[in-house]
Amino acid sequence: MSHNILIVAEHDGSTLSVATAKCVACAATVPDAHITIAVCAADASAVAAQAAALAGVERVLTLEHPLHAHPLAAAIAPQIAALAGPYSHVFGPSSTFGKDLMPRIAALLDTAQVSDIMAVESATRFRRPIYAGNAIITVEVLEGAKVVGTVRTASYQAAGAGGRAAIESADPGVEPPAHTRFVSVSTAGGDRPDLQTAAKVLSGGRALGSAESFQILYRLADKLGAAVGASRAAVDAGYAPNELQVGQTGKIIAPELYIAIGISGAIQHLTGIKDARTIVAINKDPEAPIFEVADIGLVGDLFEIVPQIEQLIG
Amino acid sequence: MKRILVGIKRVVDYNVRIRIKPDGSGVLTEGVKMSVNPFDEIALEEALRIKERGAAEEVVVVTVGPADCQAQLRTCLAMGADRALHVQSDTALEPLVTARVLRALTEREQPFLVLLGKQAIDDDNGQTGQMLAALWDRPQATFASKLDIADGKAQVTREIDAGLETLEVDLPAVVTVDLRLNEPRYVKLPDIMKAKKKPLETLTLESLGVVARAQLKTLRFEPPAQRQKGVRVKDAAELIAALKQKGLL
Ligand SMILES: Cc1cc2nc3c(=O)[nH]c(=O)nc-3n(C[C@H](O)[C@H](O)[C@H](O)COP(=O)(O)OP(=O)(O)OC[C@H]3O[C@@H](n4cnc5c(N)ncnc54)[C@H](O)[C@@H]3O)c2cc1C
Ligand SMILES: Nc1ncnc2c1ncn2[C@@H]1O[C@H](COP(=O)(O)O)[C@@H](O)[C@H]1O
Repeated sequence: MSHNILIVAEHDGSTLSVATAKCVACAATVPDAHITIAVCAADASAVAAQAAALAGVERVLTLEHPLHAHPLAAAIAPQIAALAGPYSHVFGPSSTFGKDLMPRIAALLDTAQVSDIMAVESATRFRRPIYAGNAIITVEVLEGAKVVGTVRTASYQAAGAGGRAAIESADPGVEPPAHTRFVSVSTAGGDRPDLQTAAKVLSGGRALGSAESFQILYRLADKLGAAVGASRAAVDAGYAPNELQVGQTGKIIAPELYIAIGISGAIQHLTGIKDARTIVAINKDPEAPIFEVADIGLVGDLFEIVPQIEQLIG
Repeated sequence: MKRILVGIKRVVDYNVRIRIKPDGSGVLTEGVKMSVNPFDEIALEEALRIKERGAAEEVVVVTVGPADCQAQLRTCLAMGADRALHVQSDTALEPLVTARVLRALTEREQPFLVLLGKQAIDDDNGQTGQMLAALWDRPQATFASKLDIADGKAQVTREIDAGLETLEVDLPAVVTVDLRLNEPRYVKLPDIMKAKKKPLETLTLESLGVVARAQLKTLRFEPPAQRQKGVRVKDAAELIAALKQKGLL
């Protein structure tokens, strides 16, 4: 049986998010998948072209409306729900964009949602983490029900280029509501690598002690070409901005190299780095739980070790 | 009456290291410490602060679950909620069903604001608030780290992947809260005594016209893959050598 899968694109108005390419990779593991991407935007042309070029995508639908200049779940959900009829699956990324949006779509479709899909076992059977990743469950969606799901992006490699999908404009015939209005967005991020896609990530915890001390991590990160992350304790204390938080309630990442500096390794933090290829821990407490998951552990004072590393790599 | 409805879930305490039943049929919860979902405590704290500022008159907490959940409702009453609703269900419900229960309660209670956690830390679904907002056809603001209410509107700052986003929503609305919204107060002993006298009403799914439909079936519980045991290095130089050997530097 063939499966028509609709993926809701995440983008910033000009660039398609790599999270969408990861949803495509996940969707492609559903047996006999036919993949369509829906792009809701004020002007969808640039993003639609990028979506159409992803390998495995057959069709791109553009839904243009001035209200889509910023992604609002209340505006997007009824439009996607109105288009969802012919699709067996509707997927979005498990980013804050998708987490906000997809359940609203599922409810409008009167269907359950499978959150954080990490593996597809059949068209109706999925694996997902619960309890901050301390258990993995296999769930079956009832036969005949539409599957609405968010894709745990850290579990997938982005789909490559090479697609030549047709781009069509779609009119779901639903006017988005005016009860929700975008006011502003602020991003602290400079031109450092993006935490979610960087191959190397250097994270700091409460031990850094201040926003000023956190600068030593930025310096080292720049030398390593790494992104910077933080534990919740470091964010709560104001040493780092919220978008750097790694973990159950922050970002789930899968870099090649993760270096945890002055982070104890609470389960909520570890959830965020389970898929990191190599984990390095620097902590002065030899009993810190982070060492249980670290591939390479170094016991010592970060304020001595970090400058030494910096000096040694020159 | 200007009312806030707060949804709370009883979950395994966040400090407990959960264990999976040997036959893979579930997670061991017998004898395990249970608590109010941490996000929901934050939701309740925010509701109490809004009331203390004079912007609300009553805070009602609701939970859907088995009889044991009443202990968590009492904790919420001790924190300062005015009354509690216990919607009985002996089986765990899917978020869409819980959202239907909350939807029915918005009819009954007519809140101007529903505050929920952004996710329950047992199933990590993160769905209920958004589903309620859809069924209610009202605005949603998820992952809130700041909430201001004035003139029938709410300004909500949300923690999103890119940073902080601010939305303005018309009330009534559903807001799901993130960890940095506030720090919940501690419950004091006299408050626990007082809470025993506060109203706690028990309702059934039938009385709210909700059917406990299940669309998902959990087939198996497994522990996550374990990482291989790592090595210890003695100093920065050894660390760098080890990283070079792995081709990471
Ligand atoms: C519902 C919920 C969700 C959560 N979500 C997240 C999440 O997404 N991400 C997250 O990170 N946390 C999360 N937490 C918080 C988590 O439980 C921990 O509190 C937090 O991760 C601790 O941060 P930390 O390791 O920086 O601080 P600490 O636990 O205080 O650890 C600091 C570490 O630094 C070491 N240290 C101190 N000085 C030095 C030095 N000079 N040199 C070297 N090492 C030193 C100490 O030995 C210690 O191990 C969540 C908690 C809850 C309840
Ligand atoms: N059984 C329940 N009873 C009351 N509120 C709930 C229940 N389950 C979830 N919620 C609310 O919905 C939020 C999100 O839960 P979930 O969608 O299950 O991750 C929780 O933080 C609670 O505020």
